[in-house]
Amino acid sequence: MAKDLPVIRFRGACKSYPMAGETVQALRGVDVDIHAGEFVAIMGPSGSGKSTLMHIAGLLDSLSGGRYELEGEDVSAISRRNRADIRNRKIGFIFQSFNLLSRCSAVENVELPMLYHRPAIADWRERAMQALRSVGMESRAAHLPTQLSGGQQQRVAIARALVNRPALILADEPTGNLDSRTGREIMELLESLNTEGITLILVTHDPEVGQAAHRRIRLRDGMIEADEVN
Amino acid sequence: MHIWWTIVRLAVRALMAYKVRSLLTMLGIIIGIGSVIVMISVGRGANASIQDQIHSLGANMLMIFSGTVKSGGVQSGYGTKPTLTIGDAEAIARDCPAVLRVSHATIQPEQIVAGKKNWGARVYGTTDTYAVVRDWPLRSGEFLNEQQVRSAANVVVLGSAVHENLFEPGEEVVGQTIRIKNAPFRIIGVLQPKGRTPSGQDQDDAVFIPHTTMERKIAGGRLPGLVHFILVSAQTGELVAQAKREAEELLRQRHRIAPGAEDDFTVRTLDEFADMAGKTTDIMTYLLTAVAAISLLVGGIGIMNIMLVSVTERTREIGIRMALGAREGDVLIQFLVEAMVISIAGGIIGTLLGITAAKVIAQLAGWMAIISLDSILMATIFSAMVGIFFGFYPARKAAGLDPIQALRHE
Ligand SMILES: Nc1ncnc2c1ncn2[C@@H]1O[C@H](COP(=O)(O)OP(=O)(O)OP(=O)(O)O)[C@@H](O)[C@H]1O
Ligand SMILES: [Mg+2]
Repeated sequence: MAKDLPVIRFRGACKSYPMAGETVQALRGVDVDIHAGEFVAIMGPSGSGKSTLMHIAGLLDSLSGGRYELEGEDVSAISRRNRADIRNRKIGFIFQSFNLLSRCSAVENVELPMLYHRPAIADWRERAMQALRSVGMESRAAHLPTQLSGGQQQRVAIARALVNRPALILADEPTGNLDSRTGREIMELLESLNTEGITLILVTHDPEVGQAAHRRIRLRDGMIEADEVN
Repeated sequence: MHIWWTIVRLAVRALMAYKVRSLLTMLGIIIGIGSVIVMISVGRGANASIQDQIHSLGANMLMIFSGTVKSGGVQSGYGTKPTLTIGDAEAIARDCPAVLRVSHATIQPEQIVAGKKNWGARVYGTTDTYAVVRDWPLRSGEFLNEQQVRSAANVVVLGSAVHENLFEPGEEVVGQTIRIKNAPFRIIGVLQPKGRTPSGQDQDDAVFIPHTTMERKIAGGRLPGLVHFILVSAQTGELVAQAKREAEELLRQRHRIAPGAEDDFTVRTLDEFADMAGKTTDIMTYLLTAVAAISLLVGGIGIMNIMLVSVTERTREIGIRMALGAREGDVLIQFLVEAMVISIAGGIIGTLLGITAAKVIAQLAGWMAIISLDSILMATIFSAMVGIFFGFYPARKAAGLDPIQALRHE
């Protein structure tokens, strides 16, 4: 991959939701390039389109206008099935509410993305344990999510996001449900992943978290208000 | 393949999370499959024992009755206005090449007295060939012989039930005397038990005397020369059909039946009886299979209903899986497998209960339950198909969910 080729490139990205009567414009023409290895914080007031942008970047949703290139490939109009496969291989999601499956143990949650990986991964058991080890949750492998604290659940979720070795981690307010001390630990973990080379994009309301990022993109009313680099 | 194993394991876990609900959902399938198994095994068992009974009536045997047997009734033509004569029987024996032996009988219910005991039984006035044609061995003594028939001797052969009711168990009675209509009869033999006919008549509750004696001393001038039925044994099993044709042709001649006119007699082979009996049990089987099909339908709808509930409850889980890269097909398969796990589990429980019930029913009815692998296999495949069929719509619905909407759920 050429060094100047961005991992993510939005050009004139628009997203509108047709509601009864009027259409809600969640994104109105976003142009942005994010390069490999960057650590970007997306900030802005509530309703400004941060989550929408993350969902589209993560191929959970598609644009209603404009263009989205992922690793140089136009993915604006690819099929549902291809989007599922790209999500599986290239993108790791981390959610504010952890989103672990409650009936599955920590290690089973980490195994999930490998279940959907094609071709099948041979050493899936070791890989899951290895991912848990990398977030310091090896000893809790057999625990159910309800038996874990919020911070521990988020660590398991991070291990799950990492297990298919994605190029990109998307985190929507990963510390939003955690106390500040635990939040800081989670941030340290995410930063260390970025140091190892993973591109990290996170949404946050927390200025302290924003300060830790190398670059801050501020959204307002679906448009980029500011794009500042440390 | 760890993927399939994981999918099945997760499906089982999802169902175990709501044990009572899953069990209730299975109920329709359990009842449906259970009744299919009961139907098939009891039906087959009943049929087999009826066939056994019919073929134990005699070897390569044909029965000739007076009158026409209308459709449906195995016995309805029996005893209607007698048209068959001893002459008919003798003519068949003489003129039909495919025929090996012939016997005939008239029947009259009488009180039989032995010492102080008496007992009502059917008295058969018959020929010396009767026991051979019926393939009916003796327990002791001998059957009637030609000389006794010719001389109208006062001799009698007892059915085992009559022996049981008039004498002590195991008592040697050959040589003793009983009375029928006040006439003394010397017992010359006792038959082995033969059991009931397919229509439920106890064949052992009968005594046999020469037809000549019957006509002169018991019947009192009724039915001179007439008989209630004629029994014929064919030379071989293959010649049964030919023997039937020959006997029919001969009797039509002897009874002067115009071409195209209705016969005043009926010839039946044992196979024809077996077919008729088979048809009635077949009808029962179809009927009860319809009941089973309906309960499978109801069970299937129950599965569909619970799967729809499950899809709604687990919308968020579906969203998470999709975010992690599950394709539509992956979600579809997950929910189809769950529906199949319910229906197959229901099928297995139903099969086990069905086998148990079939054994109990067969025990009570006194025949065997034929539980064959093919019916079990069929039940399993059928329940899996019910799962796939009724699980498809909910699974399709789960697979078509929008990942974002699903993640937002709750
Ligand atoms: N499915 C939807 N249907 C209709 N409108 C939507 C939908 N999703 C988002 N929106 C609208 O799009 C706009 C942007 O929403 P988004 O969730 O991206 O905001 P956000 O920046 O993440 O806010 P917050 O900080 O509160 O999470 C909002 O006005 C929201 O109401
Ligand atoms: Mg948001």
